[in-house]
Amino acid sequence: MTVLVYAEHDNEVLKSETNKLITAAQAVGADITVLVAGQQCEAVADAAAKLSGVSKVLLANNAVYGHQLPENIADLVVELAGGYTHIFAAATTTGKNFMPRVAALLDVAQISDAIAVESADTFVRPIYAGNAIATVQSSDNVKVVTVRASAFDAVSDGGSASIEAVDIVKTSEKSAYLSAELTESERPELTAANVIISGGRGMQNGENFSLLNGIADKLGAAIGASRAAVDAGFVPNDMQVGQTGKIVAPDLYIAVGISGAIQHLAGMKDSKVIVAINKDEEAPIFQVADYGLVGDLFEVLPQLESSL
Amino acid sequence: MKVLVPVKRAIDYNVKVRVKPDNSGVDLNNVKMAINPFCEIAVEEAIRLKEKGDATEVIVVSIGEKACQEQIRTGLALGADRGIHIETDAGVSLESLQVAKLLKKVVEAESPDLVILGKQAIDSDNNQTGQMLAALTGMPQGTFASEVKVEGGKAVVTREIDGGLQTVELTLPAVVTTDLRLNEPRYASLPNIMKAKRKPIDVQSAADLGVDLTSNVSVIKVTPPPQRQGGVKVDSVEALVDKLKNEAKVIS
Repeated sequence: MTVLVYAEHDNEVLKSETNKLITAAQAVGADITVLVAGQQCEAVADAAAKLSGVSKVLLANNAVYGHQLPENIADLVVELAGGYTHIFAAATTTGKNFMPRVAALLDVAQISDAIAVESADTFVRPIYAGNAIATVQSSDNVKVVTVRASAFDAVSDGGSASIEAVDIVKTSEKSAYLSAELTESERPELTAANVIISGGRGMQNGENFSLLNGIADKLGAAIGASRAAVDAGFVPNDMQVGQTGKIVAPDLYIAVGISGAIQHLAGMKDSKVIVAINKDEEAPIFQVADYGLVGDLFEVLPQLESSL
Repeated sequence: MKVLVPVKRAIDYNVKVRVKPDNSGVDLNNVKMAINPFCEIAVEEAIRLKEKGDATEVIVVSIGEKACQEQIRTGLALGADRGIHIETDAGVSLESLQVAKLLKKVVEAESPDLVILGKQAIDSDNNQTGQMLAALTGMPQGTFASEVKVEGGKAVVTREIDGGLQTVELTLPAVVTTDLRLNEPRYASLPNIMKAKRKPIDVQSAADLGVDLTSNVSVIKVTPPPQRQGGVKVDSVEALVDKLKNEAKVIS
């Protein structure tokens, strides 16, 4: 079995999703190649070459790949696909964007959002927003799979793979990058954080989210939000944890003023330890929380911050 | 400008999902079905483009058994001009690639300038069909859209990505898939529901379109997710911090 793993990165830093993809790929076979496609992304390739379990890194370093435009990336991956039995990418907005193109161009199905690899042809994935878990088997000659990274442990460093430059240039005239508005934050990213503290509608407004800052600082936590808080305009979209937002599984998840709608639970119920702080003791969030504290968050949060 | 909107009949988002006791799938007997929410957003966006004068015609297409004409009628009641039903035999369930291949046939016949789809259906949660259709037809794509503007033969699409927002410019014809916050779909008015009953639906047989409908992916089993047990309630912040430090050992 030979696996091509698509590296998740921002041209500067290799994202931890990639470390987790390697673990998923190891469940299939030993020969793992990582593809780093981007612009001025040599440092990413260097980091990928150090990952334990990687045999080779392919570096496609060209301006046409700088913004991960799916038309260009998919054509690149398809051109490289020969000889691999599996192509894995993270189920991030990057992987979800280009991987179905790869599958269609190779005339095979895609397995989306794998949370377990049972064997080289059998994968487990959530359907119906995680309300059912399907085990699916593929007889396609190449398995195109997006992987929910949070379901896998990360490999650490310890490898010393060779880096091979790829000079294939694929560019579409029909699609162009215009701009991006990225949220600047000193905090860890939601999908990579070990600790997450999230606020819901109970926060009442956007300013009150600052009550979470001190706690997040002390715990090294990322800050998230429920869909209700995002829809109410308290915080931006990319903070949303849930079925239609980010799927997370940190060691510790603290839900503050979040009632626990199914759509939110679908995004965080695989966290190792869940804490719920809510003034409504009947809130459904308490049914999944390991530790529940019934109380007014405006009293609880300052106390929590000072006791950490 | 012609806009094609593929829509899927899916379980209503309010229905509690139950897995069949024999683990063969999800029980859909006597369950309320509806237009997939992301597809409804796609219909709404197409209609808004028509109301702005950017689009001249909105066509709703659905693939499935006869009952999915209900969802086409929903689209027509929201304001689409006509419908296309690609009919499959009862009990046939298609994978995204097969759906994309059938939609390619519709695109070839209709030559739309823009195809707007939901980013995913809330049953299979695949998030594939729009991207696959784009690849098969050679169209550029703007997925997970939170804003769509059409000007001068181009679509400018703002996309929700993990780190924030990204804006791309696509040369028409193009494929757009909708994210949740692109718009809030309207409710169909009673007069429009009545009017929709008279709008035409062209029914074609999927088998006649020359597409191989078999998939190489089979479902071995479907199980309920592991249930998480609720834990304990603590009565103070001190007790909570103590538990996190000494019992769960997740903070130090």
